[in-house]
Amino acid sequence: MKNYNISFRQFGLHTILVEWPKKVEEDVLLDILKFVRHLKKNHLYVPEWEFIPAYNSLTLVCRNKVLNFTELIPQLREWYNNKIEEDITDRHLWRLPVCYDEEFGIDLVDTAHKLKLSVNDLIALHASSVYTVFGIGFLPGFMYLGGVPEALEVPRKATPRAKVPKGAVAIAGKQTGIYPQESPGGWNIIGSCSVPMFNAEKEDPCFVKVGDKIQFYPISKGEYKLHLIENEVGIYKMEKIKLDA
Amino acid sequence: MLKILKPGFFTTVQDCGRFGYRDKGVPVSGVMDSYAGAKVNALLENEESAAVLEITMTGPTLEFQADTFIALGGAEMTATLNNTPVSNYKVIKVKKGDVLSYGKLESGFRAYLGIKNGFTTSLLLGSRSFFFPVTERNSIKSLESLPYSPVKEFAPKISEMKVDADLDNASLKVYRGPEFEELTDRQLGELFSKEFSVAKENNRMAYQLNETIEGSNLSMLTSATLPGTVQLTPSGKLIILMKDGQTTGGYPRILQLADKSIDILAQKRSGDSIRFTL
Repeated sequence: MKNYNISFRQFGLHTILVEWPKKVEEDVLLDILKFVRHLKKNHLYVPEWEFIPAYNSLTLVCRNKVLNFTELIPQLREWYNNKIEEDITDRHLWRLPVCYDEEFGIDLVDTAHKLKLSVNDLIALHASSVYTVFGIGFLPGFMYLGGVPEALEVPRKATPRAKVPKGAVAIAGKQTGIYPQESPGGWNIIGSCSVPMFNAEKEDPCFVKVGDKIQFYPISKGEYKLHLIENEVGIYKMEKIKLDA
Repeated sequence: MLKILKPGFFTTVQDCGRFGYRDKGVPVSGVMDSYAGAKVNALLENEESAAVLEITMTGPTLEFQADTFIALGGAEMTATLNNTPVSNYKVIKVKKGDVLSYGKLESGFRAYLGIKNGFTTSLLLGSRSFFFPVTERNSIKSLESLPYSPVKEFAPKISEMKVDADLDNASLKVYRGPEFEELTDRQLGELFSKEFSVAKENNRMAYQLNETIEGSNLSMLTSATLPGTVQLTPSGKLIILMKDGQTTGGYPRILQLADKSIDILAQKRSGDSIRFTL
């Protein structure tokens, strides 16, 4: 794989921002993830360092220590240029259940109307696409998903809602996502995901990581309620498929 | 246990922060004024990571249910122990049944209560800092009890400390943020010549400023933000992210506050003036 023309920037005294060309592309994201793995394995160790990848950037934060940028930046460039090419092998495709019932999908009919689609076609399109996780942020466990089909691109709501319920699945512009907790929000709500996206009790509070893929599949209200109970007692089994196998 | 008789306006348990989960969208949290937090822990000869109470604007009323030693710091909030005034940055012995309460806010905005060996509320994702939905709640509530280990004997090496709290300083030292170079001459002029004031929208997540500068229409891909990152919105509003601030954002990050300046800003309230100094 080719090396990109990347830039390094000081960001405060403890942080370096690395930027790739400004593109939403899977190849860029993969190159970032490869660099992260190379750094973690050979040069910048956890927990002293934190790695925050998102779209075309990688932010490297060093706990406490004031960094020597004049030394570290050329060093990082060298590490990037000489990194050993290994394929990323730990990505997963997560299949997430969504109840597209109007009880949860409060904007479903309205959004279908705006898109000149039938409700069933909207659901079929949303659930057939495979989305890439380009970042996690805004709220704990909130995924920035890329890969929304053009036919589903709809403007955000003119007036944001003060309260979007936890689990709401929504679309706006080129994005779709799940609200991991109750929060204000301006996206069009088309359903609810029965799997919690964030759980602080778990060692890894969010099972998804940047670079993974997401596919939604429709479930009935009955299945939705069953999943909630299964999650509560801890017997729900996630559907995941290993990528890069 | 420390019994909360009255919770005050917004009181939380905080330590030095929750690291290692920013890639999952979990902010760092931790004491807003890390200088004051570190000083009360130092007086008590605690570990750096010992959890303290962060008390915002209006103080709580607290009953100690076991003997221990405490130290107060940060904002001056007219604290009294059993109705006798107690001062900041001093080791104070407390007995079972003692009541600590707070009065008028004299200076600053956030006061700290350190306790010998720290509060021992649940450790979640490596930190005791309150932050919903990591912790169950965002702040303490009436009649709950916060655990700590009783201490009978402690001979502090230093019992009192003079602290240069800098509470009245209006000047915030900043570094260039990642999108600094995109600023126009007019924006730069406004940014460094204007006096700004803290808006009523100020909390542990972010401080907004009342005065605007020329807005920015720079289109950005979402990227990481840090505590102390100053964002510029399309309407020209300035938003300074604080310890509970979101870990990613899509607005240009024009400035980055020095750590010490985050501490200074944490002691500002609505209407207080600030200036940026590069």
